[in-house]
Amino acid sequence: MNAFVALLIRDMRIAVRAGGGALIGAIFFLIVVVTVPFAVGPDLKLLGRIGPAVLWLGALLASLLALDRLFAADHEDGSLDVLMMGELPLELTILAKAAAHWLTTGLPLLFVAPLLGLMLDMDPAAMGPLLAALAVGTPALTFIGLVGAALSVALRRGGLLLAVIVLPLTIPILVFGVSTSEAASAGRTGFGPAFTILCALSMASLVLGPFAAAAALRHGLE
Amino acid sequence: MRLTAHDLACVRGGRKVFAGVSFDLAGGDVMLVTGPNGAGKSSLLRVVAGLLRPASGRLSLEGGAKEASIAEQSHYVGHQDALKTTLSVAENLAFWTAFLGRGDDVMAALTAFDLAPLAHLPAAYLSAGQRKRLSLARLAAVKRPIWLLDEPLSALDHASQGRLVELMRHHRDRGGLAIVASHGPIGLAPALELRLGPT
Repeated sequence: MNAFVALLIRDMRIAVRAGGGALIGAIFFLIVVVTVPFAVGPDLKLLGRIGPAVLWLGALLASLLALDRLFAADHEDGSLDVLMMGELPLELTILAKAAAHWLTTGLPLLFVAPLLGLMLDMDPAAMGPLLAALAVGTPALTFIGLVGAALSVALRRGGLLLAVIVLPLTIPILVFGVSTSEAASAGRTGFGPAFTILCALSMASLVLGPFAAAAALRHGLE
Repeated sequence: MRLTAHDLACVRGGRKVFAGVSFDLAGGDVMLVTGPNGAGKSSLLRVVAGLLRPASGRLSLEGGAKEASIAEQSHYVGHQDALKTTLSVAENLAFWTAFLGRGDDVMAALTAFDLAPLAHLPAAYLSAGQRKRLSLARLAAVKRPIWLLDEPLSALDHASQGRLVELMRHHRDRGGLAIVASHGPIGLAPALELRLGPT
C-alpha cells in the first residue's frame, strides 16, 4: 500500500508542477464550453436545453487531454521499466496512476462545471444531478481511457490514436450522463435509472480498465 | 541463492538477437557481459529483468525470497535513467525507495553518490553524469539481491566510478548477484564473463 500511495503522490506532484497536465484539463473544459454560445448564438432557451450535453462533451474531451502522456512519459524516461519491477501488481500500479490522473484532471472539472452551467443558462435545480453524474462519470472516462493510453504507449504521436480508440468506448457514458441531467432538468422520473446505469458503467470500467491496460502494457512492451 | 539461465534466446523484430545463452550464477558472483554493439547485451539484461519475454529457454532463481519473481528481487539500471525532471533529486529517489519497498535512508544513498548537496535541485538541472549517479543511487537506497546494470560506468567521472565499484564490491561481499553489461573493464574481477555475438 505504501508503494501505491507513493506513486499516487508522485504523479499528482508531477501534474501540478511545470509542464504537468493538472488544470490544463479544467482550462480546456472552460474554453470548449465558452465557445459554444458563440457558435450557437445567444438563444438562452436553446443553450439551456443543450447545456448538459455541451458540459459532458467538454468533460469528455478534457479528460482525454492529458491521458496520452499517462504511460508514454514513463515509457520514454524508463520509469515504466522500474514500475513494472515493483512488488506492487501492475494492475494496482495502473490504478494508482489512473487515480492520480482523475484527481488532477477530472476532479477540477467538477468545480468549474457549476460556473459554466450558469453561463449556459441551465436550470439551477438540474445542477446538483449534473454534478453527481459528472462525479460518477468522469472516473469512468479516465478508466476507459487508460486502455487506450496503454495501447498507444510506445507510439510517438499516440494522442490521436488514443482519441480514436477511446471515444467510441465512452459513448455509453455520454448517453447515460446526458440523460441523467436531462431527466433531472425536465423534472421527469428518469434520473434514478440512468444514474444507476452510469454508476454501474463506472464501476465496471474501474475494475476492468486496469486489467485491460496491464495486459496491453505487458504485451506492448516486447 | 542461485540464478540459472538455460538456453535463452531472444528475438526482436523478427531478428534473432542471441540464442543458446546459458549461465549459472551463485550468490556473490558478478558476471560481465561483453560483445559488440547490437550483440544483445541490453536485451539479455531486459530478459532477466522480466521486461522482455525470451523466445525460448528458461530462467530460474533458487533460494530467493519466497513468492517473489526475479524481477521483484532485481534492480535494473539501463540507459534510461527513470528520473522525472520536475521533481527534485531527493523526491526522485524518495519515490523509488518508497515504491520499490523496504528502503533505507534516502539521504544516505544520496551521500553515497555525492548527491546530497544537490538534494533540492530539480532533476532537470543535472548533468548526464549526475543523472546517472542519481539513477544508480537506487541500488544503495533499496536492498535487492540481483543487480542488472547496463553500462553502469558510462558518463561517470573517475571518483563516481570508484564509488560504484566500491558499492558493487560491498553488494558482492554480502552475497548479492550482479550482471553487468560493459565494453570495458568494470573495476573488479568478474567471476565469469559472457561474450555475446559472433565469436
